Amino acid sequence: MAGKGGVGKTTVVAALAVVAARSGLSVLIAEVEGKSGLSKAFGVNDLEYEEIVLSKGISARTLTPDAALSEWLQGNGLGRIARRLNASGILEIVATAVPGMKDILVLGKIKGLEQSKAFDLILVDAPAAGHAVSFLTSPLGLLEAVGVGPIKTQASDVVAMLSDPSRAQVMLVTTPEETPVREAIETAFALEDRVGVALGPIIVNGIYADDLASTSENDLGKPDLFDHTALQESISRDAQASGYPLSAREISDIADAVSFRHARSRVQSHQADELSKSLPIPQLRLPYLFDGEIGFPQIERLADALSAQIESLSDPLIGEPAGKNE
Amino acid sequence: MNKADLGTSAEHQPAITFASLLAESHVIICAGSGGVGKTTTAAALAIQAARSGERSIVVTIDPAKRLADALGLPGLAPDPVTIDEHLWRRSGDSASGQLSAMMLDPKATFDALVARYADGVEQSERILANSFYRSISSALGGTQEYMAMEKLHELSECGDYDLIVVDTPPSRNALDFLDAPERLLRLLNNRVFRVITAPARTGFRAAGVAVQTLVRAISRVIGTEVVDDIVAFFRAFEGMEEGFRERAVSVRALIAESTTQFVLITSPRRDAVEEAEYFAERIGDHGYRVSGLIVNRVHPMFGSEHGDTLRSRAAALRGLPATESAPASARDRLSKHLDVLADFQSVGSRERHNLDGVQLRLGRGAAVAFVPFLAMDVHSIEALDEIAALIFAAPS
Repeated sequence: MAGKGGVGKTTVVAALAVVAARSGLSVLIAEVEGKSGLSKAFGVNDLEYEEIVLSKGISARTLTPDAALSEWLQGNGLGRIARRLNASGILEIVATAVPGMKDILVLGKIKGLEQSKAFDLILVDAPAAGHAVSFLTSPLGLLEAVGVGPIKTQASDVVAMLSDPSRAQVMLVTTPEETPVREAIETAFALEDRVGVALGPIIVNGIYADDLASTSENDLGKPDLFDHTALQESISRDAQASGYPLSAREISDIADAVSFRHARSRVQSHQADELSKSLPIPQLRLPYLFDGEIGFPQIERLADALSAQIESLSDPLIGEPAGKNE
Repeated sequence: MNKADLGTSAEHQPAITFASLLAESHVIICAGSGGVGKTTTAAALAIQAARSGERSIVVTIDPAKRLADALGLPGLAPDPVTIDEHLWRRSGDSASGQLSAMMLDPKATFDALVARYADGVEQSERILANSFYRSISSALGGTQEYMAMEKLHELSECGDYDLIVVDTPPSRNALDFLDAPERLLRLLNNRVFRVITAPARTGFRAAGVAVQTLVRAISRVIGTEVVDDIVAFFRAFEGMEEGFRERAVSVRALIAESTTQFVLITSPRRDAVEEAEYFAERIGDHGYRVSGLIVNRVHPMFGSEHGDTLRSRAAALRGLPATESAPASARDRLSKHLDVLADFQSVGSRERHNLDGVQLRLGRGAAVAFVPFLAMDVHSIEALDEIAALIFAAPS
């Protein structure tokens, strides 16, 4: 899962994990960019390299290049020198000499987890958009840079995983605003062209509710919502008809709130449309949650919204027997 | 839209305002996590400075395309671009102001640095052609940050600008730029590679053997070609470390000057506010202090009624039986409208709660501004003007 900073990527990862767990799959969430707020949302301590259970069917761990490297060196009979490498600062030089080496260590670990079949689904909370592309292009870059050896093997195994849609897909997350949408489009093209990884549906997060299909503009009280006077009059009429008198101040507050939401909604639907035009892949839309910081109840509500939409996708997203990374 | 009460009560009134901060600064470093409007805010600050008569420049890393277009930025450029005054000057503005912008090209900046400290063209060409150097200059974590600081130093030295606003890179760690010069120096001064590349200097054969073992092990993993490249780089770089170290010291001195100010940018989300406070702490650990906080995208509030109260009123209204005089349609519509208001009151009060006391926690004296979530996205100079007006509005 990839997306620009601030679009709610981690929250969406958590919601998707809940959806999968509900349908009986065992899920692992892999955090690759340090502290992400995931642990907070589930009310647990910060994640560690060792796996922990977040809730029924959902485990999580954080994958750091350093920890992945020591593990990998041990596994390749180089454990003895691992500590010396670290202390000498040579590791930093090697990692610099081989761009993407840190990424490949993490991706290699993910590939190992996938092949172990310990989980039905592995969700990777990837680095923010721009970095996500370099994160996922690292194995290809390495194949060119490094001629031989175990790193090369590791890189080609990861490339094989990424280019097989039944094993790995990338789901982009965005909000319906210009900059995140543009960045999502650029990332999508970069990923398809340069990584050759399949894109799953794109998630548009943070949509104000009246764009969520059922409530149309018309339900929000007829006249042109930008005509403030007319809107106030309409609210006032409704209040009288309902036998529920409102003060002039209340009417004007309501009208302000309704116009503001309408204006933002228009920007949002415009951006969501632009996104569909540029990226002809299914969109899953998630509501903006006005009523609370992200905690487990909010994640469950987003999971409900995802489930409802995933069911109507023609190509089932979740539920294949084999492990899969996103 | 109502001007909402954002908790700037008299007892924590800031000692400085953004207007005075702008007037007294030579350098403003904008820092914050991704997606909080850092680039936009940096541009708004530079525009405001230019409009008040300063020669200002905004240095940015990767602006959204439409913002770059709005500013007339052609793309990556090694040199600053002067922005046409018709785009940003308004009637009544001081005539002496100038606005420039540049998009940082980290690799070109690094190349220039190498050329500057190399002992002749031959050494610099050898370095520029080395593939390990190419990795350092384009892929090493922290290089972008270091080059942003390097460019800042250069722009500050040249004397063409009264104010330089730096938009820090969207890095994995938003404060990498503080450590970037040290990290690079550490890499360039690595003892082990110094031993390999300059054996004459060591005199310790034992050390040499241990190092050779390590290098052989590394070669097994990443291949000998890569190792050869590294060695070639360190040979070529010989003699330049001193220049780089001096440069890093003067970059640090510039950041420490009293006319260099840190401005944190955040959104009112709880996680973002917490992160901003953490940044402020880290900046403090480095011996610098935060002079300003700009909170972007604060949801507007409309009136003073509580979200929960409004929501229960809406629910009660929906629960009333329909009568001939009070049709369900009117009640439905009205209760939905009440819910819309309730939504904004809830999110607004939560955001204000997140921001409560933030000023005190950042330290007294920091200027704080709240920029409401605008009904439109920000991609034009007019919108930047609006943001600047909100930042620089005298606190009410």
